[in-house]
Amino acid sequence: MTTAVQPSRRTRPSAIAHKPYRRSKRRSKTLTLLTSLVAIYSLIPLAWLVINATKTQNGLQNSFGLWFAHGKFALFDNIRDTFTYQDGVFLRWFANTVLYVVVGAGGATFLATLAGYGLAKFNFPGKRGVFATVIGAVAVPGTALAVPTFLMFSKLGLTNTPWSVIIPSLISPFGLYLMWTFSAQAIPDEMLEAARIDGAGEFRTFFRVSVPLLGPGIVTVLLFTMVATWNNYFLPLIMLKDPNWYPLTIGINSWNDQAATVDGQAVFNLVITGSLLTILPLLAAFLFLQRYWQSGLAAGSVKE
Amino acid sequence: MATTQAAAPLGVRRRRRSWKGWQFVGPFMVVFALVFLAPIAYSIYLSLYKNRLIGGNSFVGLDNYQQALHDSVFWAAFGRVALFLAVQVPIMLVLALMVALAIDSGRLHGKAFFRVTIFLPYAVPAVVATLMWGFMYGSQFGLVGNINDALHTSLPDPLGSHLMLTSIGNIVTWEFVGYNMLIFYSALRVVPTSLYESAEIDGAGQFRIIRAIKLPAIRGALAIATIFSVIGSFQLFNEPAILRPLAKNVLTTGYTPNMYAYSLSFAGQQYNYAATVAIIMGVITMVIAYVVQLRGAREI
Repeated sequence: MTTAVQPSRRTRPSAIAHKPYRRSKRRSKTLTLLTSLVAIYSLIPLAWLVINATKTQNGLQNSFGLWFAHGKFALFDNIRDTFTYQDGVFLRWFANTVLYVVVGAGGATFLATLAGYGLAKFNFPGKRGVFATVIGAVAVPGTALAVPTFLMFSKLGLTNTPWSVIIPSLISPFGLYLMWTFSAQAIPDEMLEAARIDGAGEFRTFFRVSVPLLGPGIVTVLLFTMVATWNNYFLPLIMLKDPNWYPLTIGINSWNDQAATVDGQAVFNLVITGSLLTILPLLAAFLFLQRYWQSGLAAGSVKE
Repeated sequence: MATTQAAAPLGVRRRRRSWKGWQFVGPFMVVFALVFLAPIAYSIYLSLYKNRLIGGNSFVGLDNYQQALHDSVFWAAFGRVALFLAVQVPIMLVLALMVALAIDSGRLHGKAFFRVTIFLPYAVPAVVATLMWGFMYGSQFGLVGNINDALHTSLPDPLGSHLMLTSIGNIVTWEFVGYNMLIFYSALRVVPTSLYESAEIDGAGQFRIIRAIKLPAIRGALAIATIFSVIGSFQLFNEPAILRPLAKNVLTTGYTPNMYAYSLSFAGQQYNYAATVAIIMGVITMVIAYVVQLRGAREI
């Protein structure tokens, strides 16, 4: 996870986002065609998922993968069955995922915004140390931390509770980095000085003056931490034993695995429909919030 | 280098130092210490001990590291991810870079469409991505099976031992090509257009501009994308672990170092040795990331 920065030699993010279109150039058919190949590659599995969510378990086995099955159009049956299978555990997983995302990603965004702002706008003892520690620790592979985190949490009695998934999600070094660059660029010091002269406390200044200016940055961090939490697999896999606390990712995979067990019922149609239902909220969020996260990213290109 | 440029945040003036900043940074650092620093310290501690049936927990110095150095399962797993890294990462990054340059060139019809569609797979959880590709790879009702039936061919099994690593590489590429594209594209967007214009006036062609202006300008983004792809490759876990039920014989529990550490601790209860494996991988990753120019990011 982390952090790359884009040169701050440029202007404000808003100016970057609305960079005027370059001199109109000849559009190239060949280039469009080549890029289309990559787009098709990106879309085929998603098309496969949508098409196959309309098939019954039988239809899955007897029809061509990239076309609809003859006979029954089972999408709505599949959706209903996904929600009702095993006493509606899918809904429970969905609710868990939402809980992890709201508290985990929301908390991560909040902590990152506070800290990024603090780093950008204050000069305090130990600031260099904070950078060195965060940057250094980020280079440690996340999964290398998973086993010791699990052992620590089990000593603290936190494993198999929602906290075991939420607490590690609260740290997003990438979010910290993005909010730091973003705060530095988007909030003029003069505004803070003015608020201070008016006698506003630091937190009041932060919430009243700064947060409104940090909008695109906050949305960007929120989206990326949401993806990280929503898609998390390894962490809940090791932390949770009780299916009632599973997020969607672990739950769906457990349905998939059950076909391979003795007496296990193969419910691939539900695995596929469940997968489709799992990705829809995120795809929707990315599509609808495009404008925000694209300008947020332009402030510092990023990678988690 | 681009990465270092942002080092001095624009707004920070020489202000008087005060502890006020800690009110904002403090909460982050407390949680950070709990979920990053404490586990690192704890795993170093674990790696120096051994839990024996007789004698209990005892300090063994570097014995665990000695054992790992001679552990053929570990090195086989390491070799696999190193090969993966050497092949998959360049393919993915070059593809991402080409798409980013194409979109940035302004010569595409419908560039917004491409930018979004190619990025979309990033929003798909690794579990779902792997399940989908796993189904498609399958010879029962997968596309490979369909093609074999329809054309009476016998395509090699994507989940067989020869193609497995390639098949995993394809899944990872699918998941992250758009993400890396977006990093490169965002970096390209902040290159001043006036540079291109003057280059064009000087008679530079598109490829010349790419080589002389665009690539150097996004060097920071390239380095960062490479570093994180290196980390991602060494951590390879989700995709092979999720594909495993489809090909238990190929995807052994020690297929990647991470799977090995996972099975050591959760199936074998060998926590100390698992922590050692994790630390060795962490150190190797850090060294390589450093070689690929972590220095730039450090100076932040």
